[in-house]
Amino acid sequence: MTFLATIGAIVLGALAAVGRVALFAFDTVSHLARPPWYPREFASQLVQIGWNSLPVVGLTTIFTGGALALQIYAGGARFSAEAVVPQIVAIGMVRELGPVLVGLMIAARVTSSVAAEIATMKVTEQLDALVTLSTNPMKYLTLPRVLAATVVMPLLVAIGDTIGIMGGFLVGVQRLGFNASTYLTNTIDFLEWVDIVSSLTKGAVFGFIAALMGCYFGMRSQRGAAGVGAATKGAVVAASVLILAANFILTEMFFAG
Amino acid sequence: MIELRGVHKAFGSKQVLRGVDLFIPKGESMVIIGGSGTGKSVCLKSVLGLITPDKGEITVEGQDVTRLRQGSSERDAFLARFGMLFQGGALFDSLHVWENVAFRLLRGSLKRPKAEAREIAIEKLRRVGLTPDVADLYPAELSGGMQKRVGLARAIAAEPEIIFFDEPTTGLDPIMAGVINDLIREIVVEMGATAMTITHDMTSVRAIADKVAMLHAGKIRWTGPVADMDDSGDPYLTQFITGSAEGPIEAVR
Repeated sequence: MTFLATIGAIVLGALAAVGRVALFAFDTVSHLARPPWYPREFASQLVQIGWNSLPVVGLTTIFTGGALALQIYAGGARFSAEAVVPQIVAIGMVRELGPVLVGLMIAARVTSSVAAEIATMKVTEQLDALVTLSTNPMKYLTLPRVLAATVVMPLLVAIGDTIGIMGGFLVGVQRLGFNASTYLTNTIDFLEWVDIVSSLTKGAVFGFIAALMGCYFGMRSQRGAAGVGAATKGAVVAASVLILAANFILTEMFFAG
Repeated sequence: MIELRGVHKAFGSKQVLRGVDLFIPKGESMVIIGGSGTGKSVCLKSVLGLITPDKGEITVEGQDVTRLRQGSSERDAFLARFGMLFQGGALFDSLHVWENVAFRLLRGSLKRPKAEAREIAIEKLRRVGLTPDVADLYPAELSGGMQKRVGLARAIAAEPEIIFFDEPTTGLDPIMAGVINDLIREIVVEMGATAMTITHDMTSVRAIADKVAMLHAGKIRWTGPVADMDDSGDPYLTQFITGSAEGPIEAVR
């Protein structure tokens, strides 16, 4: 009986958490329609989340694109299919690795800092101070972050896709003896619109998840340094898992039908 | 002006407030004392609507605080009449000192042109004894005492009718604590504001209070003018004032 009760408690707890996150997400989005808005906060988050993430996005995707080209070449050689390197790199980067890697890097970089920042603000009563100054933290902190991440992530993913393909291109041309113009033509001819649309859509969804989890865990932080640490950890884990789960669902929606 | 009637609040199984009754007339300075964890902060935050009581009524000039919906314009208007000094200052780290002080004047219903808001901020900083050159620093660059002063400047920036002080002297050296106490007293008198302070610093009480209320075991144990405090005859209050380990209040909590 205790075994069943434990399972029941876990299921109920999980359902309650899903409900809380969903309500939090609805609440966040609903502030889009309700002034006041804080455009300056939004602009500063665009810079923080978008511009400042460029180095990490570039580094992550260029190495991955390069490694991917090497793997596909070596694997393809087993059945004389070395020539498909440009096509597979393009499709692999744009459909999967670009959005997922950029999403996970944003979860590491942005979710953690948003969660730690808001949790610290909660612990030091800055959230209470905002409320007493007639400013709603959901409008002033959460919406600008979530909106900025959702808007800027497709751009980051587009840049990541491009740099990843360039990584594959560099390896292909320099190491594997591909002709540069043939490589590029093969890449461009092979990609379809749905690949690009799916990539950017994934970016937007992952950005939304990453910022939302940072804010959600930050605002629910417990007291003290341990509270801030736990909130940050929880936010990054939740964001990463949700991004991977959402990736599966979106891939299913775009490509399985 | 501010009235609490039968206010109850529990966190989980821990009953913190068990029926608090308190009345603060307009223009008076009420100081609530009591040991750590007796619910002083909960009282104060309940009036501001940061915490919703489980039971009881809180009114400010007849307006029921607990009925104000979060984010409604009535609630914004209600909060615009308040200033609050937080225990740790609660300054926004990402904003300059002057932007902290002028926070309310830079957005929302009290919004003014930036230059004017900055001017008011600098004037308020001067009022709390800070020079204009701190205006462009960040809160992290200030000492604890200076942060407290900035917090005080922010609390009074929009000329509130009601000011709350949450342990204004905690964490300060005795001289700085004295300076802050005097400032609070002066400002409350010159603005004619209604003040509610929570503290366990008896020097603070004597400097700031018109009236004193002692919170113990979730209820107001004693209340009266500060002059009557020393010969109240209440063993709990006497023990608290003298800081004695002997008495009805358990020393181990």
